[in-house]
Amino acid sequence: MSNPEFGSRVFDVDAIRADFPILQRKINGNDLVYLDNAATTQKPNQVIKSLVDYYEQTNANVHRGVHTLSIEATDGYELARTKVAKFINAPRPEEVIWTRNTSESLNLVAATWAEANVGEGDNIVITAMEHHSNIVPWQQLADKKGAELRYLPHNEEGLIELDSATGVIDYRTKIVAVTHMSNVLGTINPVAKLAERAHSVGAVILVDAAQSVPHMPVDVQALDADFLCFSAHKMLGPTGIGVLWGKYDLLEAMPPYMFGGDMILEVTYEDATWNDLPYKFEAGTPNIADAIATGAAVDYLTELGMDNVWQHEQELTDYAMEQILSLGSVRVLGPQNPALRGGVISFIHDTIHPHDLGTALDQQGIAIRTGHHCAMPLVRSFDVVAAARVSFYIYNTKSEVDAFVSGLCETEGYFSR
Amino acid sequence: MTGALGNMDDLYEAIILDHYRSPRNTAPVEEADVDFEVNNPFCGDEFHIQLKVENDAVAKVGITGRGCAISQASASLLAELVEGKSSDEVHAAVSSIRRLLKGEEITDEEADVLGDIEALAGVRKFPVRIKCALLSWVGLDDALKAHQTG
Ligand SMILES: Cc1ncc(COP(=O)(O)O)c(C=O)c1O
Repeated sequence: MSNPEFGSRVFDVDAIRADFPILQRKINGNDLVYLDNAATTQKPNQVIKSLVDYYEQTNANVHRGVHTLSIEATDGYELARTKVAKFINAPRPEEVIWTRNTSESLNLVAATWAEANVGEGDNIVITAMEHHSNIVPWQQLADKKGAELRYLPHNEEGLIELDSATGVIDYRTKIVAVTHMSNVLGTINPVAKLAERAHSVGAVILVDAAQSVPHMPVDVQALDADFLCFSAHKMLGPTGIGVLWGKYDLLEAMPPYMFGGDMILEVTYEDATWNDLPYKFEAGTPNIADAIATGAAVDYLTELGMDNVWQHEQELTDYAMEQILSLGSVRVLGPQNPALRGGVISFIHDTIHPHDLGTALDQQGIAIRTGHHCAMPLVRSFDVVAAARVSFYIYNTKSEVDAFVSGLCETEGYFSR
Repeated sequence: MTGALGNMDDLYEAIILDHYRSPRNTAPVEEADVDFEVNNPFCGDEFHIQLKVENDAVAKVGITGRGCAISQASASLLAELVEGKSSDEVHAAVSSIRRLLKGEEITDEEADVLGDIEALAGVRKFPVRIKCALLSWVGLDDALKAHQTG
């Protein structure tokens, strides 16, 4: 396996596009321009084929049979775990736990680690730019425990200044849960520095990496993270599968999340003992096919090299920011400096409501996201109730950015007639 | 209009764009008898609707807020329609609107009552936008019922 940072395949967008059958689709008579990648990405043939192959050739239950298919399914399932571990530079594959998605990974930590470690008078620190999935579980827990939920603020540009962490993260902080990259502002947060702060007061740090792992090299050891969560569907993989990574000792000490088959070692009529990691957290028949297909997605990204993926998106973001800002009719949320943000651009048009813009662009085959982006408090803090968002991935091109910008101009013309 | 956006003409009829750009009855109502907010957080539509009710008829209506062209125009059309109507008449109009947007037949008499509002029927071709068109109507219906039952 090659190093995920550098890749072994030339980053050729035309060749990449040829791997994605859906890019051949026409939408309302136009070529599809898919710019909603922060919501979910499209899937290459390699991932689709992995799913079909699994069901056609291998399907069996894992960890419980001595027959050939069960052994092959188990091997495939565990190999995919190893690939994911390597992709994020996890020290041990047993630290990678399969979940349904980022949301479930976050809930798992809130319901187990935090349930056992957060008490009355303690506090939980998150940022003011979290996705609902990294707000609501903490609100619920804080409420239940009589703990305080604190927010790290961001400045007008949408950046977290480390000075502001002083006084927010303190000796009663038990966990700091932050997004690595905002799905609205595109901001990349200083996770490694926040980890230092968290550890200096004896707290743990959880990283919501739903928007970072798909788009940039992420190294859990370099970040010194304690927990890291992401979803396969935002990185070329199937829906219905996600990852919780955690430091071995923390996971080992945590109580299970769900109970049932596979997660136990021994059951008597009175009691049970828990299985080893990672199985302690994987009750019941797991999502075998999608785990294996996630391995195929990781292979695909590894071949391209995450540095190249990041570079490609930076170029597109740079180009798109320039085009969008030159229109003069839109306000972009978040950092204006492309070096401080990922390939997510949320914006508000002076006169056209995001929902009308979304419909008009869809008529032209262009898929964008509109609404509150599952971050209602954040969007409202900009004194709007909704925003439009474009977000890029490996198969997007500058000519698609052009198509989007001219679609936007066309829409302006339509509504000013 | 022709071109890629030509299909949108059914959705954004001239009358809709007119109400969107210059919504009617946007002044707040003092000492309102019915006062409520409706919102559709998924799209970011929010309206504050106030009514003065006299002898079971809507004497005054004020709608403030923000939303997309469809929800905004629909709220404005609603404001025009309900003035002077009894709560039963409002209820009947809401029922006609619902059926109109679902693609069901409405009678000629119902169409007469709705007048310009029939322009909203184009929303049927854009099912995800039906919610936008119905937002203020459904809210009004509920609020009036609540007012009646005290
Ligand atoms: C930053 C962030 N966190 C969490 C999530 C939730 O991911 P999922 O819906 O896959 O659980 C998302 C996805 O929208 C996200 O962008």
